[in-house]
Amino acid sequence: MKFLRKQLDRIKPHFHKGGRFSAFQSVFEGFETFMFVPDTVTSKGSHVRDPIDLKRSMFMVIIALMPALIFGCYNIGLQHFRAYGPVLSGLDGSLPGLFWFGLLRVLPLIVVSYGVGLGIEFFTAQKRGHEINEGFLVSGMLIPLIVPVDIPLWMLAIATAFAVIIGKEVFGGTGMNILNPALTARAFLFFSYPAWMSGDKVWIKGMMTNPDVIDGFSGATPLALAAANETGSMPSAMEMFIGTIPGSVGETSTVAILIGALILLATGIGSWKIMLSVTLGGLGMGLLMNLVAVNPYMEMPAYYHLISGGFAFGTVFMATDPVTATQTERGKWIYGFLIGVLAVLIRVLNPAYPEGMMLAILLMNVFAPLIDHYIVQANIRRRLKRASVQKAY
Amino acid sequence: MSEIIRFKKGLNIKLKGAAEKILIPGTPAGRYAVKPIDFPGLVPKLLVKPGDEVKAGSSLFFDKNAAEIKFASPVSGKVVDVVRGERRRILEVIIEEQGREYVNFGAAKPDSLSAEEIKARLLDSGLWPVIRQRPYHIVAIPGQEPKSIFISGFDTSPLAPDYDFVMHNSDMKEFQLGIDVLGRLTNGKVNLVLDATNISGSVMRGVNGVVTHYVKGPHPAGNVGVQIHHIDPVNKGEVVWYVNLQDVSAIGRLFSEGVYRHDRIIALAGSEVLKPSYHRIRSGASISSTITGNIRPGDVRYISGNVLTGTTVTDKGFLGFYDNMITVIPEGKYHEFFGWISPGFSKFSFTRAFGSSILPRKEYVLDTNMHGGERAFVLTGMYEKVLPMDIYPMQLLKSILVNDIDMMENLGIYEVAEEDFALCEYICPSKIEIQALIRKGLDLMIREMN
Repeated sequence: MKFLRKQLDRIKPHFHKGGRFSAFQSVFEGFETFMFVPDTVTSKGSHVRDPIDLKRSMFMVIIALMPALIFGCYNIGLQHFRAYGPVLSGLDGSLPGLFWFGLLRVLPLIVVSYGVGLGIEFFTAQKRGHEINEGFLVSGMLIPLIVPVDIPLWMLAIATAFAVIIGKEVFGGTGMNILNPALTARAFLFFSYPAWMSGDKVWIKGMMTNPDVIDGFSGATPLALAAANETGSMPSAMEMFIGTIPGSVGETSTVAILIGALILLATGIGSWKIMLSVTLGGLGMGLLMNLVAVNPYMEMPAYYHLISGGFAFGTVFMATDPVTATQTERGKWIYGFLIGVLAVLIRVLNPAYPEGMMLAILLMNVFAPLIDHYIVQANIRRRLKRASVQKAY
Repeated sequence: MSEIIRFKKGLNIKLKGAAEKILIPGTPAGRYAVKPIDFPGLVPKLLVKPGDEVKAGSSLFFDKNAAEIKFASPVSGKVVDVVRGERRRILEVIIEEQGREYVNFGAAKPDSLSAEEIKARLLDSGLWPVIRQRPYHIVAIPGQEPKSIFISGFDTSPLAPDYDFVMHNSDMKEFQLGIDVLGRLTNGKVNLVLDATNISGSVMRGVNGVVTHYVKGPHPAGNVGVQIHHIDPVNKGEVVWYVNLQDVSAIGRLFSEGVYRHDRIIALAGSEVLKPSYHRIRSGASISSTITGNIRPGDVRYISGNVLTGTTVTDKGFLGFYDNMITVIPEGKYHEFFGWISPGFSKFSFTRAFGSSILPRKEYVLDTNMHGGERAFVLTGMYEKVLPMDIYPMQLLKSILVNDIDMMENLGIYEVAEEDFALCEYICPSKIEIQALIRKGLDLMIREMN
């Protein structure tokens, strides 16, 4: 490590202004600060600083995503095995085998997502003369987890590029964006290539090209079944909670996501207010649907909404994105609650889309500044009122 | 007894090296300095030049924007140097101590003087700058009348001196006289804010002529700005004055003895101090005689003031005008290998993202490393947790970034000072220089409003 440091110090001048590789300064600094926390000391203001930085915060989110990723890999193997049986799939159904199968299918998604996203980040950071912002470390992991496993890599690449450039960089980069970049990528895919983003086949590896599955197997997600009012053929609540159901790579297992949620809450990186209020909103709306139910979907137990589709994943990892959520604490309650309400509303009442979480979060991302505006205005009014009350003495 | 004001928000940074309750009589410092940079917004106009003889209380310079505000030599002796920085900005006026001569401003009972006479006496003696004001956290403008005056009777900042111990070793008669003087300067109340955790033990309980408030909570509960916000908030067009606790005694001294003797008891603290203790010292004194032989070897930073708001000085530097402590901590100029993924059992953090939140220690050694590079605002809801005010910190900071005067005013810029945001700066994961930003906003407001 001393050796490494020495080598870095040796080549560093080449990357500074006027150096041979000054065009790659941001990239170099990105890698250098990745390996070594910079040796800068405080020059003004507080002399001591909290050891927390964005790298650490983002890293905590990555760790929190690991259970969902690991389970996702296993589940891809499992779904493939269920669809094609031992002969066609070549799997023996053992846990390591299933996991390995899934991992090999998910890794390319991760590589493409990070490769494209970080490439653009590096480029823009260099153009702007900034340090590389860590925001994409999380987005780059989120994107593979919210797409169907069979998505062609070139589509994923285009969607990632769209999300990073249009969703984030045009607004000024990490911290300035209105929409959650990962969901922007998903929305792009959803509206550009709907055939690859919905239906009964995309969730199972290989099913788009080879639909010869075992008799009786359906690749339909629980929500697709519910939307078709076939609630009777939905998997059991336990299955949905554990996550052995078709769905996007990382979204199926509520239990794995809950472990992630615990990590986010224990470290204080994720907002418990948002997580709780989204859940309450979804549950509340689900109960309301039960009350006025006219079809089997509306009669579906309200808590099914929480364990199906992307609800849990969106609640824990998407709605809590601090940049695109409301920035006031009071606003987070409203923002989260409306996400839950809208997600269930879109699911149940919109005939076109079986899933509503993505659109609900994106919609509330857009409204977050408005919510903040009213919360801040209330603060301003309190201050003005205080002044006039005192004058009245 | 008035009710206790409780704060939940805030953070006590558990630093190693708190001062033991031993008072060491001051050793002669030899050199003293008055530093115009201690007074934000001040444009100093020099009245002396190197070689001039001065007495304690002789004016060294005045404020170009308010000529009646003078700044005095803390000791008698000779002006030896005027240190200038960039664009010839005056940084320090250095005096070498010779003899013990004081300018005599004459002892007087505050009751026998009019408010104007009291003001004139404070201004002439150079003691006026101990009175500061909100809005803007600057030296009080003499022409205005404050709606109230505040004195914080405790300091919650890291390793701060215990004011009960300090006052126990101070002349309470001088303090009382200082209070009497301040009482003549306002038609409102003089508020003394005490630590609710030590109500019975406080020697300041028996002070007359004040309204006593009790406050409980982590830092910044001791910050006068936070106290004002909750007790008598500053609205647009209003002014509140405040004085550091020990400076009240200095005011008393001016009226009992007629001299400018700006002495105080400070804490010498920090992990790099061998024997942290209390010292009797004069404002502006060189810190070298205080620290000599008491510092661990190594690359250290000397801070006049606390680690959150203090000023970096050299080992021959001078105690700031308002500072009540000297802190010595290690410098942090090193590269940490993959430091951002280390378990961090020895790292003190406000967040729970480090091992130290599972196995907390009693105290930590903190150095001056930034622990990261500057980024845009990303995480939200953190600043609010360490700012016990009804103010939206991030929104206020953003309004300053875009120079939105109206919004700054609406969001409470009149009530804040950099020190109130010091903890926000400490915990900021994006490493934004928040205190400098707040000062930029305050400076902008001063320019716009005048």
